[in-house]
Amino acid sequence: MEMFKYTQAAGIPQAIQAAAQSNTAQQGAQVRFIAGGTTLLDLMKLNVERPTQVIDINRLPLDKIEKLPDGRLQIGALVRNSDLAHHPAVSSGYSVLSQALLAGASAQLRNMATTGGNLLQRTRCMYFRNEAMACNKREPGTGCSAIEGDNRTLAILGTSKDCIATNPSDMNVALTALEATIHIQGAKGEREVPIGEFFLVPGNTPHRENVLEAGDLITFVTLPAPKSNSKQVYLKLRDRASYEFALSSAAVVAEVSGGKLVFVRVALGGVGTKPWRSFEAEKALHGKTLDEKTFRQAAEAALHGAQPQSENGFKVELAKRCITHALTLATKQA
Amino acid sequence: MTSEKKRLHLRETQNPLTGRVSRRSFLSSLGAVGVAATAVPIVAGAQTAPPMAPPATATAGETIEGAIPVSLRVNGKQLDLEIDPRTTLLDCLRETISLTGTKKGCDHGQCGACTVHVNGRRINSCLTLAAMHQGDEITTIEGLGQPGSLHPMQASFVKHDGYQCGYCTSGQIMSAVALLKEKCGPSDSDVKELMSGNICRCGAYPNIVAAIQDVRQQA
Repeated sequence: MEMFKYTQAAGIPQAIQAAAQSNTAQQGAQVRFIAGGTTLLDLMKLNVERPTQVIDINRLPLDKIEKLPDGRLQIGALVRNSDLAHHPAVSSGYSVLSQALLAGASAQLRNMATTGGNLLQRTRCMYFRNEAMACNKREPGTGCSAIEGDNRTLAILGTSKDCIATNPSDMNVALTALEATIHIQGAKGEREVPIGEFFLVPGNTPHRENVLEAGDLITFVTLPAPKSNSKQVYLKLRDRASYEFALSSAAVVAEVSGGKLVFVRVALGGVGTKPWRSFEAEKALHGKTLDEKTFRQAAEAALHGAQPQSENGFKVELAKRCITHALTLATKQA
Repeated sequence: MTSEKKRLHLRETQNPLTGRVSRRSFLSSLGAVGVAATAVPIVAGAQTAPPMAPPATATAGETIEGAIPVSLRVNGKQLDLEIDPRTTLLDCLRETISLTGTKKGCDHGQCGACTVHVNGRRINSCLTLAAMHQGDEITTIEGLGQPGSLHPMQASFVKHDGYQCGYCTSGQIMSAVALLKEKCGPSDSDVKELMSGNICRCGAYPNIVAAIQDVRQQA
């Protein structure tokens, strides 16, 4: 790990001001905020992240979960994953989020990892994590070792010729299905970004993973008022039963009326370069009757554009079955 | 007698438990010789300090470049330290404070050997900076119980033979004690799920689960 200057942020404006001196908020940032540290310190030990300044934001007043007057839920960026998963408002109104959080990492890591930090969780692509290997995400222009390499766990949706790294988060998949909004404060003021616009697909700039600029601090995540009649499922398929990243996962929020789906949101994890909202699956499901054939058609639509690599072709069928099963579970409860 | 030799001499004669050279003090002596031979400064030198000795601070002629003052509360004791800002909580506990009960396994949050409690909650001490925990209440396996007054979970691990080589054990026990206060279903599979962040390469899992369930049923 390289030497850095450690400071504790006295307040939100001070944190933003200090971070605004950074060259970027993306890969190669000279200034990093640290909250849980579970991604950042891991990558600093690997020399993948080399900030010269680390700003501890743990004392900022961003650790509350509040119901807003209009029914939305406001989650502070510093709320720990375990606290978020077990919060009564989340486990009752947004159970897909609780399920996703509890399917991720370990109890220890969930006690550390924060809401804002999980949004910025980095890929587990082994070539990104190994500084001896070529990686366009870590070092733009060096090439992608994964495309010709060991790519079994990597993405099949949203890939480019320059990067096939998977977004590893479970939380982000649930937040995508719940249509969360990310609240950001930066050097130029405050802004709100829908989660669907927060993450970027790699294209030819895989080192840019989201819309954050130097100085930007995620302050809150808000969720729309809960859909009280919805059934929610997070289904995660992986190589072992616990403490493992998804090979394929599906978050489903479904509302059934008169035997038909009147509202449905489908998001996928483990298969996309970003948390993957499947508008195609939703379109194939809306207003349809509840049967496995419909679900399978939706799954086919979701994976229509999939581009498997040499070793992850199995993910296409796995993701289809994951979607079909998640939809079956979500509507069986209805 | 040089200061290094003096320190070794003191440690060997001061072992209160066995009255002989322990495995740890023997290994530490080797470390001290290495330190003397290569003249590695104070950061590495801290590894050789006897348990709960005054932490390494910069003395005349020895400085830690870029060191920052950090005040930590560990097992009820307030400690004023001067550490490299890169020091993880795990390294601080083991190397600076010489509480070597907390183990370093993977150093990347994947094995759980480094599990400690911060304000009563379990975390991986390898993925957090010591400097981030000023004002926090840190508890390590040494703060949980001692020979003669074991924590019920420590006693249960002994009773159920919840270990083989023992390397993961302090992390397993710290996790298990924290689990008692967490939302956890009654079944063995519920316990397994919440203990999945603690790897045991000897495979003592069935006995670990039995030890935990025994304590839960007593409670």
